[in-house]
Amino acid sequence: MSTTTPTAPAEPERKAPAAKRTKVRPGDRIFSGAARGAGISLLAIMAAIAIFLVVKATDALSKNQGSFLTDQGWDPNTAKPAFGVVTLVFGTVVSATIAMLIAVPVAVGVALFITHYAPRRIAQTLGYIIDLLAAVPSVVYGLWGYIFLAPKLLGLHSWLSDYLGWIPVFDKEQAGVTARTLFTVGIVLAIMILPIIAAVTREVFLQVPRAHEEAALALGATRWEMIRVAVLPYGKPGIISASMLGLGRAVGETIAVAMVLSPSFDLSIHILDPGNTTIAANIANQFGESNEIGRGALIASGLVLFIMTLLVNGAARVVINRRKAFSGANS
Amino acid sequence: MTVLDTGDKRPGIGTDAVEVGRAGLADPRAASLTRRTLPRQVPWAIAGGGVLLTIVFKLTLDNWALAVFLAGVIFIGVLSAVSWRFEDARRARDRFATSLISTAFVLAVLPLVSVLGYTIQRGYGKLSPYFLSHSMRGVGARDDTGGIYHAIIGTLEQVGLAALIAVPIGLLTAIYLVEYGRGRLAKTVTFFVDVMTGLPSIVAGLFIYAFWIMMLGFQASGFAGSLALMILMLPTVVRSAEEMLKLVPNELREASLALGIPKWRTVLKVVLPTAFGGIVTGVMLSIARVIGETAPLLLLVGLTQSINTDPFSGWQSALPLYVFDQNHAGNQFAEDRAWAAALTLIVIVMILNLAARLIARWKAPKAGR
Repeated sequence: MSTTTPTAPAEPERKAPAAKRTKVRPGDRIFSGAARGAGISLLAIMAAIAIFLVVKATDALSKNQGSFLTDQGWDPNTAKPAFGVVTLVFGTVVSATIAMLIAVPVAVGVALFITHYAPRRIAQTLGYIIDLLAAVPSVVYGLWGYIFLAPKLLGLHSWLSDYLGWIPVFDKEQAGVTARTLFTVGIVLAIMILPIIAAVTREVFLQVPRAHEEAALALGATRWEMIRVAVLPYGKPGIISASMLGLGRAVGETIAVAMVLSPSFDLSIHILDPGNTTIAANIANQFGESNEIGRGALIASGLVLFIMTLLVNGAARVVINRRKAFSGANS
Repeated sequence: MTVLDTGDKRPGIGTDAVEVGRAGLADPRAASLTRRTLPRQVPWAIAGGGVLLTIVFKLTLDNWALAVFLAGVIFIGVLSAVSWRFEDARRARDRFATSLISTAFVLAVLPLVSVLGYTIQRGYGKLSPYFLSHSMRGVGARDDTGGIYHAIIGTLEQVGLAALIAVPIGLLTAIYLVEYGRGRLAKTVTFFVDVMTGLPSIVAGLFIYAFWIMMLGFQASGFAGSLALMILMLPTVVRSAEEMLKLVPNELREASLALGIPKWRTVLKVVLPTAFGGIVTGVMLSIARVIGETAPLLLLVGLTQSINTDPFSGWQSALPLYVFDQNHAGNQFAEDRAWAAALTLIVIVMILNLAARLIARWKAPKAGR
């Protein structure tokens, strides 16, 4: 019986602290124990996320008749479930890439403008407005992108395909009437992540030592030369980590993409045609209509997304390991 | 006559650049010390020309975006060319960069202003006390009635519960990291707080679904949603509380410990009260961040059109979910409801943010920086 044993191991543990010279007060032990416990519970949550996703994903993957890595279709709710993640990963990567190409240069420009160009008195207000805009919920961006922006971008779509159509990516095959495309999604995502990147980059630029800037100016540098030789080199790790933060948001964004994009499972490089879909948006779109295996399949795709964001964040960590304050979690 | 023996009266380097330019005609050495500069009005004049050009393009092409774009390109080109011709290459490059950076700022602000402006414009008309105090129960596709009362209740309860769980855990973790944490465990926790910051909200939702609903067998409810929101709040709470605790001067801790106060009482009675304002700010900002989360709620909360005040049983609604749902409903009144709910959501987020900044300004510990 196990009920007779439990008191035995408790005895030596109680004696151990007595050997120390200073007495640890019980209040201290409880409090530090609680604090440590909270830290450990946070680790436990992260571990549980990984474990549960893997377990549920393998359940579904074992029933998959197709190949999870190469299949283009998503058909897990039938008697012969077959689903693959390649279209989803492609759409996720492409939309995030478009967003980054637009957002990073503009955000760096915004941060430079606020820190080095705008009059000092306005600058703080501008930075504050950018912070506020970073807090606008994504569902609002989704609604705006779907109802306001997408119709306005139709002209840009046909202009791009008319003049740049010889580049395969800009070739518009469907004479579409809708601009709910991967390209539009990229623009909406760019607008969403811009305030975040700008806010973090601004913080970094504000920390550039004044002596560096003044030294450059004293040597006769113009303002742009000062920025190039003093501000940008110093801020580079910060810019990279801010971009990674933005990339993480763009990759994981769900609801705005689900609202703006008109999804399909034909993998197509023509970003001006409606179609393609992203991992996160696909989960939001399909979850309600899926059965047990279908939801397992969606969890499997969620695991892929989780790994992608882990890689992005890990890369950011490596770059900024020296400067913890720029992590952006507190912006 | 005086021009010849000018050796000892050349203009100082600090004199006005335009003056120097004129004097330079008489004295070549002066011109080599300073550079020719465009009068300050010239860039503004060219900018004014750009605005005029925008209006002309708008009238001929009838497309604001295209007009602004073309006029912007021409403005940057002309300014750089003028500077190149009348100043030097370095000045031209500087002006080019200045105008590009200013353009980037305008480019960024336009869509952001448009998001806010359009939401206010579309949502304002529908927002009324009636809208705020009625649910969608029994509202048909042809009824211009209904409101967001049930969604507000859902959001408040879900976010409140999430905060109730996340704040103690997050605060204790921050205390651990700042006051106790040494060695490997503290490093690991710090690292995973960073990783958690980048966790996509839909993945948090999937995890709670797999854990709470698939494994433990609970039904979809408001509480399941708040568990996911809790995971999303946690890293922000930890991070902001950590920053604030670090700002508390060490002298305060030492003074308290020197008086023989136990460490736990020092933390509770000296460190936490000092950092209190900052911590409240951080908590409010993290609430503002999760209050607009839609994706996890979509999987976990279910969706109902009527009032359910019990977050632990039965389906609930939530403001972001309501926006999403009404946008999909596809009848003529639903879109207006979606905009009004979106406006309500933005107002709540903005109020939380403003209040947080005000508290930060009053109460934050004045150390470091």
